[in-house]
Amino acid sequence: MIISFLVDSLDRRGRIVVILLVVLALLVPAGNLLVPEGSAFHVSTYQLTLCGKYLTYALLALSVDLVWGYCGILSLGHGAFFALGGYAMGMYLMRQIGARGVYADPMLPDFMVFLNWKELPWFWQGFDMAWYAFLMVVLVPGVIALLFGWLSFRSRVTGVYLSIITQALTYALLLAFFRNDMGFGGNNGLTDFKDILGFPIQAPGTRAALFAASALMLALGFVVASAVVRSKLGKVLVAIRDAESRTRFIGYRVEHYKLFVWTLSAVMAGVAGALYVPQVGIINPSEFDPSASIEAVIWVAVGGRGTLIGPLIGAVAVNFGKTWFTGVLPEIWLYALGALFVVVTLFLPRGIVGLWDRVVSRRAKPAPDVDGSGRQAGEAA
Amino acid sequence: MSFFRLFTILFALIVSFQPALASRIADTDLSSRIVALGAGGFDDLEKAIANLAASGDDRVPAVLDRLGNGELVVRKADGAVFFADKAGTDFRLTDPVTGSDAGLAPKATVEKVKVNNRIRRTIASAVGALTLISPDPAVRRAAAEAVMKSADAAAIPVLNQAIATETVADIRAMMMAARATALLASSASEADKVAAIAAIADLGSRDALGFLSGYTSTEGAVGDAARKAVAAIESRLMLWDIGQNLWYGLSLGSVLLLAAIGLAITFGVMGVINMAHGEMVMLGAYATFTVQEVIRTSWPGLFDYSLLIALPVAFLTAALAGILIERLVIRWLYGRPLETLLATWGVSLILQQTVRSIYGANNREVGNPSWMSGSFSVGDIQITWTRLWIILFAVAVFLALIAVLKRTRLGLEMRAVTQNRQMAAAVGIRTPLVDALTFGLGSGIAGLAGVALSQIDNVSPNLGRGYIIDSFMVVVFGGVGNLWGTLVGALTLGVANKVLEPYAGAVLGKIILLVAIILFIQKRPRGLFALKGRAVEA
Repeated sequence: MIISFLVDSLDRRGRIVVILLVVLALLVPAGNLLVPEGSAFHVSTYQLTLCGKYLTYALLALSVDLVWGYCGILSLGHGAFFALGGYAMGMYLMRQIGARGVYADPMLPDFMVFLNWKELPWFWQGFDMAWYAFLMVVLVPGVIALLFGWLSFRSRVTGVYLSIITQALTYALLLAFFRNDMGFGGNNGLTDFKDILGFPIQAPGTRAALFAASALMLALGFVVASAVVRSKLGKVLVAIRDAESRTRFIGYRVEHYKLFVWTLSAVMAGVAGALYVPQVGIINPSEFDPSASIEAVIWVAVGGRGTLIGPLIGAVAVNFGKTWFTGVLPEIWLYALGALFVVVTLFLPRGIVGLWDRVVSRRAKPAPDVDGSGRQAGEAA
Repeated sequence: MSFFRLFTILFALIVSFQPALASRIADTDLSSRIVALGAGGFDDLEKAIANLAASGDDRVPAVLDRLGNGELVVRKADGAVFFADKAGTDFRLTDPVTGSDAGLAPKATVEKVKVNNRIRRTIASAVGALTLISPDPAVRRAAAEAVMKSADAAAIPVLNQAIATETVADIRAMMMAARATALLASSASEADKVAAIAAIADLGSRDALGFLSGYTSTEGAVGDAARKAVAAIESRLMLWDIGQNLWYGLSLGSVLLLAAIGLAITFGVMGVINMAHGEMVMLGAYATFTVQEVIRTSWPGLFDYSLLIALPVAFLTAALAGILIERLVIRWLYGRPLETLLATWGVSLILQQTVRSIYGANNREVGNPSWMSGSFSVGDIQITWTRLWIILFAVAVFLALIAVLKRTRLGLEMRAVTQNRQMAAAVGIRTPLVDALTFGLGSGIAGLAGVALSQIDNVSPNLGRGYIIDSFMVVVFGGVGNLWGTLVGALTLGVANKVLEPYAGAVLGKIILLVAIILFIQKRPRGLFALKGRAVEA
C-alpha cells in the first residue's frame, strides 16, 4: 500500500527519473563488469566511481531542494549533515580495518594508536556492527538537525538569519573535527579503508555495487521527496515558503512542518554522505567547509529550485563541469563557478528546468507564472 | 637549560667588568689558590673555586671563565696551572697571575682541568658573586639575578658585603632576595628561612614563584610560609594574566570591529547580505601591498608613510569595487536576500581568483613601518605597537562612520532610504544613487580594515574568508542596523574569545563561542540591540 502510494505520487516526469535511475543502477555496473575493455560501451572503474560520487551529490542536492525549494529555508550548512553521515560510515569502515592497520592494533584505529590512546572512546563503541553504524548514519544527522531545527524554528529564526546560523553550525563542526582530541582523526580524517560488509572496498564488484546502491538510494530519495511535496503536507510547506505568517494565522503549526521537512532533509543528506565515503575512500573535516555547503546550494539553483528534478541535473552538470575544468583549465574553474552563481541568480531564477519549461510552453501555451511574485512578501519578512 | 644562558650573561659581565676598581691580593697568594684548582677531584675543585672567589681579586673572573671553557691546564711536570690556547698540536701557555707567556707545551705534557655541570654551576655563582660589587648598576643587577637563580649558599658572605654597600634601592631588594634564596638552600635556622621566604615573595616575579614552589611541600613553618607566599604571588600574577587576556581580547575585538563595521552598513543598514565583504577586506590588504611595492621601488624614503598613503588607496579601491558590484549585480536582487547571498558568494569567488591570478596564490609580505614595530610593557602586560595602533584606528573609523551617518547630507539620505524607501524617493532623494554610495561606503570601510589586517595577518587571496563568518556573527549578535550594537558585539566576542582561550584552548573556545551565539540568536533573533517599532516590520 505504501509502495503504491509512493508510486502514485510521481508525476510523468518523476516516473521517467526513477526508471532512468533504476536502469542506470543496472546498466552502468554491467558496462563495467560484463562489457570487455576496449568496447565502446565499457565503463572504466574510474568513471563508475566518479558517476557514483555524482549520484551522492545529487542526493545531497535533492535534500537541499526539499528545504529550500519547497519550504524556503536556505540552508548553508547541509554539508554538515552530509559529512556527519559520512563520518558515521567512515567510523564503521575504520573498525572493519581491524588489525590490518599500520600499527596492527586489533581495536584502535591507527590515528588513536598514534595519539597514544589506550582504549576506544565511548562514541566509537558499536561501530564495528554494520546495522548500528547504518542506524547512526540516519540518527546522528537526524538528531542534530532535530535539535537545531527545534531551537531555531520555535524561536522563529527565519530568512538570512537562519542561513547564517546554519553556516555557523557547519563552521563550528569544521573547527571541532579538526581537533585531534575529538577522536575523529583530526586534520587527516578517516581513510585507508579495507572492507565494507566483508567485501574488499577496492574490488570492481564492490564499487559496482556501491554505484548501484547510490542510484537506487537516489531513486528512493526522489520518490520519498515527491511523496512529501505532493501530499497535503507539501502544500502547507509551499504555503509556508510563500507566506509564513499568513500560514501561521490560518492555524497551521508552522514550526512542526518545518521541523519535519528539515529533519527528513538532513537524514537524506546523511545517507548521501554515507554512500559518498566508501566510494571516494576518505572523509575529512574539509567536508564541513561552509563553501562546500554553499556549492551544494548552487547545484540546486542551477538545476532549478523547487522542481526535485532540477537538483539532480544541477548536481551532475556542475560537478561534471568541475571535474572537466579542474582537469583542463584549473584557473578557470573558480571564475566559472563564481559566474554560475551570479548568472543563475540574475537570469535563471528557475534554473535549467525552468528554462526547459519556458521553451516547451512557448511551443504549446503560455504557462502560469510559477516564479511567483507573491513570494517576495513572505521572504522579506 | 638556564644556567648555560646564565653563564653567557656572566661572561658578558666579566668582559665589562675588567677595568673595574682594582681589588687585588698578593700574587703569591692568588697563585697558590689557582694552583689548588689543578689538584684533586671535583669536590676539591669546588672548594678551590670557592676559595679563589673569596679572594675577591679582579683577576679571578677571567680565571674562572677559562676554567669553565676548559682552557685551564696543569703542567704535569710541576703542577703549575696555566691558560692554554691551541697552537697547532701544542698548547701556548699563559701565566694566569702575571699574564706573561710561558712558552709552548706539547699536548702530552699538560692535563686539562676537567669540569662538569655541577662545577660550571659553581663557577657561575662564584662569578655572579664577584660581579655583585661592580661599579656598574646594570652589571650588579644582572649579577644579583644570576645568583638568585643559582641559589648557592656560598654566595651569602659576598651578598652580605654587597648589600651593605649597595645604594640603589631595587638592586638592594634584588640582592636581599638573592641572599634569601641562597639562605633557603643552606642549613640556616627555620626563622631565618621564613624571613628569607618573605623577602623573596616581595619580588613577586615568575622566577620567585618558580623558586618558592620548590619549597611548598616542605614540613613546618618554612613550608607554610612558602605555600602562603606562592598563593600570594599566583593571585597577583593571575590578575596580570587577566589583564593581558583582556588586552588581547580588546585587540581581537578591534579587529572584528573593523571587519564587521562595513558589513554593519551593507547588511545592517541596507539589508544586503554581502558574502563578498571579506574580499573587500582582501582588496584593501592587496592595495596596501601594492602601495608598499611602488614605494619600495620608487621612493624608499617614504616607507614609513606607506600605510597612511595606502589608506585612501585601499578605501577607493574597495569602494569602487563595491559600487561596481552593487550596480551590476545587487541592485537587481533587492528584496530577495537569499538570492543576493548566493550571487555575492559567486562574486567573492571571482574576486579571489582574480587576485590569485594577478598576485599569485602565496602570501605576500607587507612590512611594518618603524613606528608600528616593537612593544612595551605595562606591569606584566606586553603591548605591541601594532595592536595599539589598530585599536586606535578601529575607534577612529567607528567614530568617523557615526559622524558621516549623523552629520552629513549623505548620511541623512542613507538613513531616510533605510527607514522608508518610497517616502524618501517621493521627497526627491535619488535612491539608486544613495544605494550605490552606501554600498561603496561599506565596502570602502572594509578596504580600510584590509590595511589594518595586512599588518597582523597573512595577505593571501583567502584573507577575507577567515573573517566573513566572524563578521556576520558580530553584526547579528550586536543587532542588525545598529552601529553601537556592532561595537558592543565586536568587543564582547573578542574579549570572550580571549578569556575562554586559556581554559578551553583556541579552537574549542571558538567553538563554544559559535554555539553560544547560535543559542543566543534563538533567544533574541534580532540581536542584542534590536530595532524597535516600525523598522522591524520593513
